[in-house]
Amino acid sequence: MKNVLIKTTINGKQVELDVRPNMTLLDFLRDEMGLTGTKRGCEVGECGACTVLLNGQAVNSCLILVPQIDGQEILTVEGLAQGEKLHPLQESFLDHDAVHCGFCTPGMLISAKALLDHTPDPSEEETRVAISGNLCRCSGYQQIVDAIRETKHVGES
Amino acid sequence: MHQQIPHESAALHVTGEALYIDDLSSSPSLLVGRVVSSPHAHARIASYDLTKAMKAPGVVAVLCAKDIPGHNQMGPVVKDEPCLASGEVSFVGQAVFLIAAKTDAQCRAAEKLIDVSYEPLHPILTIDEAVASNNLLGPARTMQRGDADTALRSVAHVIKGELRTGAAEHWYLESQASLSVPGEGDEMAVYCGSQHPSETQTLVAEVLGVRKKDVVVEVRRIGGAFGGKETQGNHVACWSALLAHATGCPVKVRLFRDDDMIMTGKRHRFLTRYEAGFDNEGILQAVKIELNSDAGAATDLSFAIMERAMFHCDNAYFVPHMHVVARVWKTNLPSNTAFRGFGGPQGMAAMESIIDRVARFLHKDTSEIRHKNFYGLNSNNTTHYGQTVEENRLPRLFDELMESSEYYSRRVTVQAYNAANEFTKKGLALTPVKFGISFTTTFLNQAGALVSIYNDGTVLVNHGGIEMGQGLHTKMQQIAAAELGISIDRVRVNATNTSKVPNTSATAASSGTDMNGAAVKNAIETLKLRIAECVAGMFNEKNPSLKTSKDDIRFESDVIFDSKHSERKIDFAEAMAQMVLRQVSLSSTGYFRTPGIGWDREKGVGTPFRYFAFGMAVSEVLVDTLTGATTLLRTDILHDAGDSINPAIDIGQIEGGYVQGVGWCTTEEIKWDDAGNLMTHSPDTYKIPTARDIPADFRVKLLENATNPNAIHGSKTVAEPPLMLGLSTWLAIKDAVSAVANHQIEPEFSLPATNEVILLSIDNLRGQMKARASKQVSA
Repeated sequence: MKNVLIKTTINGKQVELDVRPNMTLLDFLRDEMGLTGTKRGCEVGECGACTVLLNGQAVNSCLILVPQIDGQEILTVEGLAQGEKLHPLQESFLDHDAVHCGFCTPGMLISAKALLDHTPDPSEEETRVAISGNLCRCSGYQQIVDAIRETKHVGES
Repeated sequence: MHQQIPHESAALHVTGEALYIDDLSSSPSLLVGRVVSSPHAHARIASYDLTKAMKAPGVVAVLCAKDIPGHNQMGPVVKDEPCLASGEVSFVGQAVFLIAAKTDAQCRAAEKLIDVSYEPLHPILTIDEAVASNNLLGPARTMQRGDADTALRSVAHVIKGELRTGAAEHWYLESQASLSVPGEGDEMAVYCGSQHPSETQTLVAEVLGVRKKDVVVEVRRIGGAFGGKETQGNHVACWSALLAHATGCPVKVRLFRDDDMIMTGKRHRFLTRYEAGFDNEGILQAVKIELNSDAGAATDLSFAIMERAMFHCDNAYFVPHMHVVARVWKTNLPSNTAFRGFGGPQGMAAMESIIDRVARFLHKDTSEIRHKNFYGLNSNNTTHYGQTVEENRLPRLFDELMESSEYYSRRVTVQAYNAANEFTKKGLALTPVKFGISFTTTFLNQAGALVSIYNDGTVLVNHGGIEMGQGLHTKMQQIAAAELGISIDRVRVNATNTSKVPNTSATAASSGTDMNGAAVKNAIETLKLRIAECVAGMFNEKNPSLKTSKDDIRFESDVIFDSKHSERKIDFAEAMAQMVLRQVSLSSTGYFRTPGIGWDREKGVGTPFRYFAFGMAVSEVLVDTLTGATTLLRTDILHDAGDSINPAIDIGQIEGGYVQGVGWCTTEEIKWDDAGNLMTHSPDTYKIPTARDIPADFRVKLLENATNPNAIHGSKTVAEPPLMLGLSTWLAIKDAVSAVANHQIEPEFSLPATNEVILLSIDNLRGQMKARASKQVSA
């Protein structure tokens, strides 16, 4: 199989890589970019542990092949914080103890970001729907839902 | 102490920096390991040829049973579980060969080149088949009080029945994984997700044929376990260690989700038969319970799990005459294993089913019959195995929860709704949980710690417990900080490592905080004594006219001071620097063994538990009688966490446990086909609850003023017990189903109550109603 040259933006950084075209975005992020915050959960698009933003939309990176991100923008959990300053969603997850084993957390945060980016003040139902593709086996979800709904809007103190 | 602080790794989790096994990269020579497993439930391995696979590109090793340098055994209690099958395979997914190659793709390509032929043998795939062929894993056990048979002959009413409860997959988010790194000589370092690193160390040493001093097992954190990594985290560790040993390279084995689901054991399926006698008031007089479990192909922890089912089939109820007989059956399925509750849920489901039926038989509210049968505060407070139920919180929980959940008024509303609606029915149920805390294998109730203080005033805590999301390390950090009177950011909890704390017990049986917390406290007490002595000496040196005794020394707010002369004080960090200059050892081990427990396994009598955990839930559901679909409308939980060390963590664990219980009780259905293949081997066919499946209105509270005298800082474990509160949802569904026949006919019901079970039960009720109606017409 011939490698393909991919130009993409990951967490705001321009990236050029020569990779196998049948590589998933998940493997690309983890194995080529060293961005291991995005987790391998089920690799069949069901658990949401590998959720990233593709041009602002939440996708399962295990279902995306690398050629599909050519020229596109990717955001992973590593790109949420601005340097040392956590994203308000991250702060809210800490405040609400929405982190248990932590394995679903990166995907949850990304799905939550996708939600808040277009619905800044989501209802309980909207929030539950938005993360219904992200499985968590520890928390029973309520603390996560509360954390998302009570995230302070950017700029709010 | 007793406050919310975020999980000790939370900041790492939200930034994606927290490392799990698959995130570790050790060296450029890292190899990928793959497990090749049996496609047959029962077969003889007729022949195999590995030569082609060995020559495949990138392949460094292909191993079979013969290549194991030590013992080909990894059974945790009984040695009946080969590391790699030899001669015969006894379930689909049993490991037969191991491959190590540069990449996963190369491993998969090599797997196709393994030439192996099997001669299929007859498999046993259900409890019923195992019973028919008398395939017992071990002798039956009984536990009894009084004379149930005689009592049953003289009671007013007797009901008999059968209950089947299903298996369940742990579905930890992080699948089983292990990285083994060979060192010099016999050294092997294993980084894995085991709940029981000391046992992993033992088994890796045995499989490799080396001694334990040469094997180090380290667990930083686990991405969920729930019992699924108590023994079965050992397998993947042994496989990676074998490959690392054979190749001399670090080898990582991570199971693909479907492989993990196919290869590893589940919650034990149970078939329970019962006979219960009660009076006109619904008070239980005598109960006979026969418990049958599906152990799968090997022993694993099946007898301990059955033992806990026997201990918990009373749940919260006093039964004067009780007889429990238990049989563990062997089948050709992966060896079933620990899963939160450890047999307790299966035992309780039987008793809750009985109580529910008694109430329906007498046309009484189920909560009333439950309340009448609860263990008493001063009488009727001894279990069928002779342990007194002390610090009984059941009456308090009941009174407070009935009120806060508005049970009575909602019961009226539910009845009115059901009278007015034909195609949707509501159901309401309250269920309690009483759960015994301690390993029932008494010697396991011990824990160790190693606490080191550095001369900058920071503290590193090692203990034998595993952080798997339950917040154990956070609580250890809180306990250490509180004991030393220092701020929490001075304390770090290390990865659990067998070279720091040896011979530990599994982090299981809900005992992690109680035992490890006490061991950490013990280590710190030793250190504080040494420090107090030295600091008192320092104070007295400065001004010999005042006498500071070591007993007057206090540790608070990052300061060490004399409680009688508060001007005599020293900053904690400064004091630690002084300790080193003054040649005081700042490192100590700590140890704890649970006091006051012990029981006679032969007679089934004694005090197996240090204390009981209690909780109660009220759930309300809406059932669509045309589709069987269920909606959880509201759940109220009141749980006894003692003086909670960290209320936010405890509430999260209660919510998570309950939702896991709801999954077991509703959507999580495991199915095998006639050849023993797991049909629900992926999240697209096996459904754990999502955020949309939790109660629309979810109210969880901790019982207030509930100090527990039997655990550290008055706290009480949370851990397993809340899972069993999921039974309230199961019985609320049954209540809704029962409403279809206006509560006049006992519905058929099993667990999980899937849409299919619900529809069949409703169909059956409608059939019986029709038959009754036509009988009345003809009469």
